[in-house]
Amino acid sequence: MPNNSTCRLQGRNLCCVRDDRVLFEELCFELSSGQVLLLEGENGSGKTSLLRILCGFREPDAGQVLWCGNAINDSLYYEEMAYVGHLNGVKKELTALENLKVSLALGQVGKYSITQALAKVQLADFDDALVQTLSAGQQRRLSLARLLITHNSLWILDEPFTSLDIQGITLIESLMTEHCNKGGMVVLTSHHDIALPSVDVQRMLLS
Amino acid sequence: MALFYAFIAIIRRDLLLAVRRRSEIANPLLFFILVITLFPLGIGAQPHLLQAIAPGIIWVSALLAAMLSLDSLFRSDFDDGSLEQILLSPYPASVLVLAKIIAHWLVTGLPLLIVAPLLAVLLGMPTQSIGVLLLTLLLGTPVLSLIGAIGVSLTVGLRRGGMILSLLVLPLYVPVLIFAGNAVEMAGSGLPVDAQINILISILCLSVVLAPWPTAAALKMSVN
Repeated sequence: MPNNSTCRLQGRNLCCVRDDRVLFEELCFELSSGQVLLLEGENGSGKTSLLRILCGFREPDAGQVLWCGNAINDSLYYEEMAYVGHLNGVKKELTALENLKVSLALGQVGKYSITQALAKVQLADFDDALVQTLSAGQQRRLSLARLLITHNSLWILDEPFTSLDIQGITLIESLMTEHCNKGGMVVLTSHHDIALPSVDVQRMLLS
Repeated sequence: MALFYAFIAIIRRDLLLAVRRRSEIANPLLFFILVITLFPLGIGAQPHLLQAIAPGIIWVSALLAAMLSLDSLFRSDFDDGSLEQILLSPYPASVLVLAKIIAHWLVTGLPLLIVAPLLAVLLGMPTQSIGVLLLTLLLGTPVLSLIGAIGVSLTVGLRRGGMILSLLVLPLYVPVLIFAGNAVEMAGSGLPVDAQINILISILCLSVVLAPWPTAAALKMSVN
């Protein structure tokens, strides 16, 4: 990953208003290489809205998001980020392999090959299975496998542990640790307690 | 080059999806055939009347079939989150959107072209105008997909966007309908149709260049 050490994600005085309700304002954070930002807060406190602002889907009502010092739309941000949201973003009528091939074509080649990534998320035997025959947890793993096959340094994960079993959660935690140790960054929301002992985790409470 | 691969990958994916859920191809095509075959039954034994209005019947049916198929353009991608992933790709969203529109046309527009000559014969259209009919469909149906994409991208986030979609899109379809219908009619009387065809070509070129931009922008708003 080029220039990884210098790149960082900054939020400056972010504010989000939804239906005349101020979800958060004057929100500032800075995330640099190797760090995890964990967003905490009740339902409806604006965690997902903040993530969608970070993805550029939503304009912040005030403030700005900076990547390496530039506004995200004027930088190489989209080559460096990957997002897994509430929706898995996989097509049910395609096989696991076909889904990942499309994801790979839409991004740049990353650290792992598709076969390696499927093995990592323990779906190696399911590459020819239609996604609609997979369980919810397996579909979740498949969408997380997308993070491994494409080149990216920032992962934005919205409730990544939803419908995963205990092994799945441990697996994703180990993937996040590995990613951060290689200089990556993770922003995530989670209701589960996460165990990332060797990683610098910043917690931000939205209320 | 990488952009070209992404473009091809989207077209391939959408064609594969269309093959896996066949109703997407069959629906507009069946609708097109059904509407056209109902006209002779409704009008009765008046072959001259039928022959006279054949270009209109075929084009109006093609237009409605295109309208009917529009919603499937972005709906499933919107519902399962694939659209977010397409928009987050480092490649320009407008190019990827164009790939989706092309795939959509191949699935819903091209089959109309294949059955149109048969239906034209059924309606008693003169032989010399069937070639022109095909040419107008070849030039016109992609325009329907391209213009329709703008409308769908604006309404895909709404729960009941169907009505608004037709109000938005149908007026924009009118020029295509006028020029294409007119060209087929003129060809039937043996008159030259270069002017109408040229206008259709220019409408197609304009919409290929101009439609993907607002579509991509509106999709970004819709996923918000």
